[in-house]
Amino acid sequence: MSVGLRSRGSGIPRGAFRGSGALGAFGARRRSLLASAFAKKGYLRQMDWVLVLVTGGLAALGTLLVWSATEPALRAAGENPHTYLKKQLLYVAIGAVVMFALAAVDQRQFRLYAPVVYVMALLAVLAVLTPLGDRVQGATAWIKFPGFQVEPSEFAKLGLILMTAMLLSETRSWSRRPGLRDAGLAILAAAPLIIGVEREPALGTTLVLTVVLAIMIAVSGILLRWVLGLAAVAAGTLYAVSALHLLKGYQLTRLTAFLHPSQDLAGAGYNGFEAKIAVGSGGMFGQGLFHGTFIGGNFVPAQQTDFIFTVAGEELGFVGCVVIICLLGIVIVRAIRIAATADDQFGMLVATGVAVWFAFQSFVNIGMTIGIMPITGLPLPFLSYGGSAILADMIAIGLLQSIHRHRSVFD
Amino acid sequence: MIAVSRRRLVVLYLPVAAMLITLGGRLWYLQVMNGTAYKQLASASQTRNIVVPAVRGQIYDDVGNQLVRNRTALVVSVNMMLLSQQSDGGVAELHRLAPLLGMTYKELNEKVRLCTASVPAPCWSGSPYQPIPVDQHVSDQVALQVMEEPKLFPGVTAQVQPVVEYPGPDGADPAQVLGYLQPITPREIQQRHLQVTGFSGVDLVGQAGLEARYDSQLRGKPGTQVVSVNAAGDVTGTVGQAAATPGDELITSLNSGVQAIAQQALASAIQRSRAAGNRVNQGAAVVMTTTGRVVAMASYPGYNPNIWTNGITEKQFSYLFGTGAGTPVMNWTTQGQYPPGSTWKVTSTAAAVASGYGINGTYDCPASVTINGQRFINDGQPSQGPMTFSQALIQSCDTVYYNLAYNMWQQDNYPANFVASRNAPLQKMQKMELAWGFGQSTGIDLPEESLGSVPTRQWLYWLWKDNAHTGQNWCKYGRQNGSYVQRIEWQDCQTGYVWEPGQAVIAAIGQGYVTVTPLQLANAYAALANGGTLYSPRVGEALVSPSGGVLQRINPTVIRHLPVSSYTLAYIRSALAGVVTQGTAAGAFAGFPLNKVCVAGKTGTAQIFGKNATSVFASFAPCDHPRYVVVVMVPNSGFGADTAAPAVRAIWDGIYGLEGHKAALPGGQFPSSLPKVTR
Repeated sequence: MSVGLRSRGSGIPRGAFRGSGALGAFGARRRSLLASAFAKKGYLRQMDWVLVLVTGGLAALGTLLVWSATEPALRAAGENPHTYLKKQLLYVAIGAVVMFALAAVDQRQFRLYAPVVYVMALLAVLAVLTPLGDRVQGATAWIKFPGFQVEPSEFAKLGLILMTAMLLSETRSWSRRPGLRDAGLAILAAAPLIIGVEREPALGTTLVLTVVLAIMIAVSGILLRWVLGLAAVAAGTLYAVSALHLLKGYQLTRLTAFLHPSQDLAGAGYNGFEAKIAVGSGGMFGQGLFHGTFIGGNFVPAQQTDFIFTVAGEELGFVGCVVIICLLGIVIVRAIRIAATADDQFGMLVATGVAVWFAFQSFVNIGMTIGIMPITGLPLPFLSYGGSAILADMIAIGLLQSIHRHRSVFD
Repeated sequence: MIAVSRRRLVVLYLPVAAMLITLGGRLWYLQVMNGTAYKQLASASQTRNIVVPAVRGQIYDDVGNQLVRNRTALVVSVNMMLLSQQSDGGVAELHRLAPLLGMTYKELNEKVRLCTASVPAPCWSGSPYQPIPVDQHVSDQVALQVMEEPKLFPGVTAQVQPVVEYPGPDGADPAQVLGYLQPITPREIQQRHLQVTGFSGVDLVGQAGLEARYDSQLRGKPGTQVVSVNAAGDVTGTVGQAAATPGDELITSLNSGVQAIAQQALASAIQRSRAAGNRVNQGAAVVMTTTGRVVAMASYPGYNPNIWTNGITEKQFSYLFGTGAGTPVMNWTTQGQYPPGSTWKVTSTAAAVASGYGINGTYDCPASVTINGQRFINDGQPSQGPMTFSQALIQSCDTVYYNLAYNMWQQDNYPANFVASRNAPLQKMQKMELAWGFGQSTGIDLPEESLGSVPTRQWLYWLWKDNAHTGQNWCKYGRQNGSYVQRIEWQDCQTGYVWEPGQAVIAAIGQGYVTVTPLQLANAYAALANGGTLYSPRVGEALVSPSGGVLQRINPTVIRHLPVSSYTLAYIRSALAGVVTQGTAAGAFAGFPLNKVCVAGKTGTAQIFGKNATSVFASFAPCDHPRYVVVVMVPNSGFGADTAAPAVRAIWDGIYGLEGHKAALPGGQFPSSLPKVTR
């Protein structure tokens, strides 16, 4: 397979196998749009439908959980108990449309527009730091628009992945393996995004961006010694951060609180402790959707956003939790497979970035609700309530689909 | 794609698999292995035990009229702290609420505005942080409307709360006997080992009177309610409950009719005395059966017990507890300590007879007696020559008793009169007075009771020791060459322990150091009337369960039998019947149909230096088989025949219905059986 790939020249996808791609389907005006999409080589036929179904399942589950998490409190407050349900449905619908639309786009377009996406994401992140940003719970992570607000750090992940993939796939070296110079460029490009997000401060997203960048560089094919060297630098930086007290007090507290949750129940340990109780009390089969009394009593903070997994824990039990983890696992494995079968270096790197993003973020998010990871503000992909997160997740799936359609035929 | 990328992608599966397995393993540990423990933790933080206060028992009179009514009512309260935070200060919300409660906005606003110097009543005088009850009697419908629309009525609550009412049947208002309820203090909770209910203002505890004495029975047993709560502590539902046991009902022997008459009679007697120029501001009337059951207790001034509900104002508080208006909160029937005056002569007579003075002998009644150079007059009466005890009582001759007391002082352990000793032997006369229940608690079922004072030698020793050596008065203010009072004080400082003959003789006519409570006097006369059994009186008659079953009968207990022969007692009784027909009370009872109900009694007029006399009348009826005792004591009001005796006459009239009053106890029959009361 690698022979076939190499013979075709993975850097620039061209030609022979790409006759009636998405553009072709849209270009064929004689047939209706839908008919051509479902035609033998129509783009819908070429999509990874397992991924679509799993993603859809996760989004549906997430919507149910958001509904269940918010319904009792809204009802008790005398408000419309479907407020969050309706909004989440809207977000998922918008996300689905965007996902299908992006799936139809030629992946080369992404590469072309990667700098644009990057610059827009960077500007948005920087805008958050200006007075435009909306301060919520100690972090300035949102930009307020009339009627809705946007969380730029979600889109920073997309910007970083696209930009890094672009920089690491445009190597000029003879082996087509990116060198230290390419890695350095990628790090330089990513730095303002990461630092900007860190300034918000959004520690969780900062960690995701850093890990995604590191793994993308590693997978890009640079020499192993550079990988190890970069790892050493990262470790040194980590040490310096802790030794020089660069982290804010509350960040340290939150990072270490999970190690001894019962010590500080009034403060940082509370969230973790309540989350653990909620998940633990679910038992094997859970108490059933809308029947979680702990969730119904609003004991877990942010239970429809960052702590959505506690709802699954209490109401769906171990079985439901494992189903969710498996579905997330399928998304991650499909993403890695799409990376492995990608037509070119850029597609491979984008898919890898998305896979690492989902994997790391899911692990940290679920881990913090069950007391094995520190509590950092991160949504659970596809499940947490929030328009920006859902949209970013769906865009990422759209990218994966587009890359998938341009996979190597030898796969 | 380059090969190295592919290899490294394959490696990427490893951490992903590790992560997924870690999550799954941890979930297994949390949910399956420790699920039960976490379930317990979850339910512990989701439920609260609420103590549900029991409905307090009610207090009834002898025929089942409610004197205290306790019920629960839906009370709508407004939290002005929350309303004032609204942009318009809650004006719009009050406008919405007012028509719901059937009030105008103005009326509602007057209830919730806080009293300040510039705000005239009506206004809220309680704490501004406390929800202000604006309607105590809302219907379920109104309450539901308020609770179902928290958006329309933020800060307004409708809660079931206990409401205390005092129906005052027949105009009876024995406020001081009933006592009052107040929110329990943390100290009281600790002292009584009570559960905290968590509802402020619900933990009411009896603070005086019957409410305090029978608090443990009246309050019932609180129940518990297990409710589910959310993280904010809001109740979301009921998980389980153990119902509260309502308090027992207390039936008293108080008769509303007699009570009302006693109050009126006392009040009008005091009005009359005031009109005559006396500065009277308190008084007491006691009506009891000769078997120790209290039928009426009137303490003047009275007050409306409803002022205790909904928070008492500072003005009301200082009225109740201040001396200006006669301290209405005090039950003067048990807390007033007044000189008994000549009503005391019955014990002096009994003591003299017991000491060997012949009951059928005659005793001289001169105009005055000089003892130790001090002249004691018979209230300005001329010399009346020798007379019997009966005549001495009827005419209330003081000098007869002066002589008796002086003789006894000389013969009764004479040397002990001059020795300061805590173990000094009791004088025979004072010993007799103690035996009649004076100088000690009657043991009535009311928490507040004064003891009065009987000047025994021991009592005098302690009085002197406290005053002369550790106290303030005698030695501090006494002057050897000062005013009359200062000279006495100086003398008392030196020799206050000496039982002087002058003190002995005025003690024999119920003055000097002698004080009694109206209840003690009534109780002693009851013993005299019933043939010598001294009871510990009771106001309570029975405790019955809310369903009407009798749980406990409350009966007056026998303290002792008077150390007086029944012949002597009968002799004194017939003498007291003469007081009313031909003696000092003949004027006050002129025209009273004594042929229908024979009333016997004794007047008392106790002089106090620098004050008007205390007017006393103690009586019982019917003369031959006494059923009731009526005592009225009014300090600072003049002659017993002028103020107290007419009040007593009005009370007898009210009991039997002889002179225009409707008979409160027709035929003088006290209800023989308990009234049926059920909630």
